[in-house]
Amino acid sequence: MRAVIAEDSVLLRIGLVKVLEIAGFEVVAEAADAEGLLTAVEQHEPDLVLSDVRMPPGFTDEGVRASLLIRQRWPDMAILLLSQYVEERYAADLLSGNISGVGYLLKQRVADVDEFVEVLRRVAAGGTALDPQVVSQLLVRRHSDPLDRLTAREREVLELMAQGRSNAGIAERLVVSESAVGKHINSILSKLDLPRADADHRRVLAVLRFLGVS
Amino acid sequence: MRVTTASPSWLRPLKGAGPATACLALGAVAQVATLLLLVFAGGPVGVVAATPVLTPIQRARLHACLDLEIPPPPKTGGDTYKERVLHWLQAGSSWRQVGYHLIAAPLIALAGLLALALWAASAAAVTVLLWRLGVGPQSWFPLTGGIGRQVLLTVVGVVGLYLAATLSKALVRLDTRAASACLGPSRADQLARRVAEVSESRAGVVDAADAERRRIERDLHDGAQQRLVSMAVNLGVAKATLPDLPEHARKVIDEAHREAKEAIEELNNLVRGLHPAVLDDRGLDAALSGIAERAPLPVRVKVDLPQRQSPAVEAVAYFVVSEALANVVKHAHAAQAEVSVERIGDTILICVSDDGVGGADLAAGSGLAGLAKRVASIDGTLSVNSPVGGPTLVSVELPCAR
Repeated sequence: MRAVIAEDSVLLRIGLVKVLEIAGFEVVAEAADAEGLLTAVEQHEPDLVLSDVRMPPGFTDEGVRASLLIRQRWPDMAILLLSQYVEERYAADLLSGNISGVGYLLKQRVADVDEFVEVLRRVAAGGTALDPQVVSQLLVRRHSDPLDRLTAREREVLELMAQGRSNAGIAERLVVSESAVGKHINSILSKLDLPRADADHRRVLAVLRFLGVS
Repeated sequence: MRVTTASPSWLRPLKGAGPATACLALGAVAQVATLLLLVFAGGPVGVVAATPVLTPIQRARLHACLDLEIPPPPKTGGDTYKERVLHWLQAGSSWRQVGYHLIAAPLIALAGLLALALWAASAAAVTVLLWRLGVGPQSWFPLTGGIGRQVLLTVVGVVGLYLAATLSKALVRLDTRAASACLGPSRADQLARRVAEVSESRAGVVDAADAERRRIERDLHDGAQQRLVSMAVNLGVAKATLPDLPEHARKVIDEAHREAKEAIEELNNLVRGLHPAVLDDRGLDAALSGIAERAPLPVRVKVDLPQRQSPAVEAVAYFVVSEALANVVKHAHAAQAEVSVERIGDTILICVSDDGVGGADLAAGSGLAGLAKRVASIDGTLSVNSPVGGPTLVSVELPCAR
């Protein structure tokens, strides 16, 4: 699989290339700003775009805006955004519409290489990856609602679902069996009146809609 | 210790008499214009009409002769010519100027002419002996008779000079006072102007402080934070790609990796409190969920603002919530907290409440005093309601533009 990187810090770009190579990606182009990213994507049409959010010249949300443009033109291209800070507002922009093949994570998550490699593969395969911090920010917005009916464990599971993890991923994280996770999920979906869906990304979509994204 | 050499004491009464006399002489000349207006150009109405020209002339005269700086009278605005005239006629400052040109200045000029005449007569009297030597005894009274009369006249002339100097200076003092009172802004105007200046400079200081926070945030983001992340990534890569390391080396790398990640976390929290980029980019609502999420207790955020506020107001509001929540975490022992931001009329009301132990005090150095100062810097108010036993409510009102 081929990837394009956009990151204005040279040091970090070198690290990202190494991690992508570990994950089995071939880095076909590196850009230092949003304009360079768009040119590189146009030229290479990669399978995955890995981009920083805050880049020259404005240092605000250039990466998010570039990603939206890319998704408009190449809806199937997987995009993983990295940022020093994650903001639920940018996540909402990014996830409006098609949420498959989208990721939004804190930069420091790259340091946990094994987990990040898994995220890269998941997003490239059409999955979703939301930083736990984004999910907690989304929960901050909810007011006196069905969320209060969830048990502490169910809330944990819901957060992991919103991050885009599969049943197996959630089970591994919580050190429980997959069937236990399945039970929790069923209970959550019925308490929140969410539709049951088999495909992972449709389930993520339902959860994110519930949390007020898109 | 006296360094400057004082002029001889007998000359002292004459000191400053020169500029004062010049000022009076010019004042008398200026009255010729007023006189002409009174006689040939509509009488007092002409003077009223000419006031906008006369005032700068008088201010220039006092400035040139006495180095006296009278600030210009307050400007009266208006879009059309008619409006400007109307506004001018309605302003109290205009009529004070007219009063000066019609009454004070002519009276002082008249007295000034007397002073000038006294100067001239005294000067002539003092020099009478020289005249006699030059032209010899004449039939004109002062130069006839014995030398005794001329000596007496000289003495009278000296006295006259002192009198003229004293009179001139007294008249100029009077003129100065009248002009300051009539031609410049009134005390209320001056205070209003001063308040406006102070407000402006304070806003400048507040803006500069915000800009500084933005700059520090940006510097840390581009510098230390990126370096730390890239260090953590490299350590992570080392862990993942070097499986055959000896046990102690692996331990060192693990430790460094963990330390680096913790440092990133700490620095992020610190920098996030300074001024997040999302605040400029998307506004207060978008920025607040970040600080609420960071707090180690459940926080609910509700923001209801119809539009973006000024950067200064947004920055203070953000800082208020950030600091108030930090206080809750440090002191309140609370199980949960709530943040609400809404606009009521032309104020923004920010409430941060918690269900903790209460007893928070503005005076007790809990960080609330610093918060109150920051709020006051943009004319906001902060109040704390925190009975011992709780709950605590910190409410802040910030003025906002409609």
